[in-house]
Amino acid sequence: MALTAEDVANLARLARIELSEAELEVLAPQLDVILESVARVSDVAAQDIPPTSHALPLTNVFREDELRASLSREQVLAGAPAAEQMRFRVPKILGEEA
Amino acid sequence: MTVLPYADALAAYDPVLGLEVHVELNTTSKMFCGCSTAFGAEPNTQVCPVCLGLPGSLPAVNAKAVESAIRIGLALNCTIAEWCRFARKNYFYPDMPKNYQISQYDEPIAYDGWTEVVLDGEIYRIGIERAHMEEDTGKSLHVGGATGRIHGADYSLLDYNRSGVPLIEIVTKPVEGTGAKAPEVARAYVTMLRDLLRTLGVSDVRMEQGSLRCDANVSLRPVGRSTFGTRTETKNVNSLRSVERAVRYEITRQAAILASGGRVTQETRHWHEDSGITTPGRNKETAEDYRYFPEPDLVPIAPSREWVEELHATLPEPPTARLKRVRAEWGFSELEMRDVVSAGAVNAIEATVAAGATPQSARKWWLTEIARHANEEGVDLEAVGVTPQQVAEIQALVENGTINDKLARQVFEGVIAGEGSPAEVVTARKLAIVSDEGALAAAVNEAINANPDIVDKIKSGKVQATGALIGSVMKQMRGQADAARVREMILEKIG
Repeated sequence: MALTAEDVANLARLARIELSEAELEVLAPQLDVILESVARVSDVAAQDIPPTSHALPLTNVFREDELRASLSREQVLAGAPAAEQMRFRVPKILGEEA
Repeated sequence: MTVLPYADALAAYDPVLGLEVHVELNTTSKMFCGCSTAFGAEPNTQVCPVCLGLPGSLPAVNAKAVESAIRIGLALNCTIAEWCRFARKNYFYPDMPKNYQISQYDEPIAYDGWTEVVLDGEIYRIGIERAHMEEDTGKSLHVGGATGRIHGADYSLLDYNRSGVPLIEIVTKPVEGTGAKAPEVARAYVTMLRDLLRTLGVSDVRMEQGSLRCDANVSLRPVGRSTFGTRTETKNVNSLRSVERAVRYEITRQAAILASGGRVTQETRHWHEDSGITTPGRNKETAEDYRYFPEPDLVPIAPSREWVEELHATLPEPPTARLKRVRAEWGFSELEMRDVVSAGAVNAIEATVAAGATPQSARKWWLTEIARHANEEGVDLEAVGVTPQQVAEIQALVENGTINDKLARQVFEGVIAGEGSPAEVVTARKLAIVSDEGALAAAVNEAINANPDIVDKIKSGKVQATGALIGSVMKQMRGQADAARVREMILEKIG
């Protein structure tokens, strides 16, 4: 299954990345190579090998319900692009129709 | 916006509901980090690298939140997954600093359950599709613009204190066959769920603070058709009353579209409490667009059957089962029980019965005298100022003949006014019934002598005229006499 420029445009929209027509044409075949390479896993995965999402054979790694110190507000807002009323100030919500 | 009158809408269309309830757990710390979940703190004081989504931070699952999720699942008669994973739900929105929400996708911790709601004495069985774990988002404040809402806002301000608070999403299966009762069933379901979650002790369930939130899916289909119509999902339904109103509104709105030959658009809509209508909300990506995949930072959860069994064994009695049980124990009729439930008097009556009163007397006082005071002051029954113990004491005074029902009302007034215990009020206000036969006989004689015409009537067989004489005696005794004894004495004297 070949990835089209249209597919890449849709992914770019979802990832909020602006790509030109030329970039889409370049990226589509490149991403396609990556997908094909990964898809080769299914060539070796037999019926007796269950799909896996984690490399570690662990389950139920929990933390007790206990408080740990939070950051100070100065530390928190230090990473904000802008701050106002002790909150992060961000542009009007992305993708909203005005 | 055109709407069809509700009765017309229901004559032509059959509503199908789907309810999604988000409940914030009352754990001490957040789902994946040790920040506090306390409501109402100063903005951005309960955040850390994990709930801010800073690079390099790693989530760690709160054991208590998993336990609460399992208990909720069990209380809703769900199957508890033997093995399940968290998943990343990818989308860009400023209230989600990681640009993904850790949620569960095709492997919820609890699934395929059911519950029951009782409405007007009828039982509705509601199927539960799933209950899954996820994390709450931050809170946005939209600044500028005319309305203060997203539309027209100049920019947004974000507080991430709520980001990462443990959330359980409970989704029903399609609720069919409720007909015109659909809005009330929706409300009854959310009410039942609130009571259930409160009984479980897993959440504050305060809709006004957002710890219980409901999204209502509504679709219509022509009466008699079995395939579902196109649904809308209404958000921002933040009170029990709004649940009922929003569902009712959507039924009338969609019916108007269908009746005029139009098609309902599948969309998210926003409920407006003040105007009582819904408007189209933001166009969210469809499910495939969230590009869910298993969360690589968290290992799977595999609750042992022993753990699940242990949690199952310690579940409290579900609210619906409790109502069934107490109704049977108290011997109340359906109608009596319905009144008790809608007055919010179940707990009070239970405590009063435990303090020694009969169920019927407890019901009588809580639903008359105390309910009247509660209504006058606009407070809950429990806030009137009479304890179940005191109600039982007053009833005991009635039963041992110290006072009658009429005098009991004055005792209630005294107790509510803070004049002391029931016994002290009886003494202070001199309310005890006069059991002095001499004084009673004198009053009876007085009444008979003063009303010869009534005496004649009684003598000629009109026994009901006795009431007038009893009234006269009671007046002389300032109400402090046993009416039955007075009647006996009058009839003895005349007969």
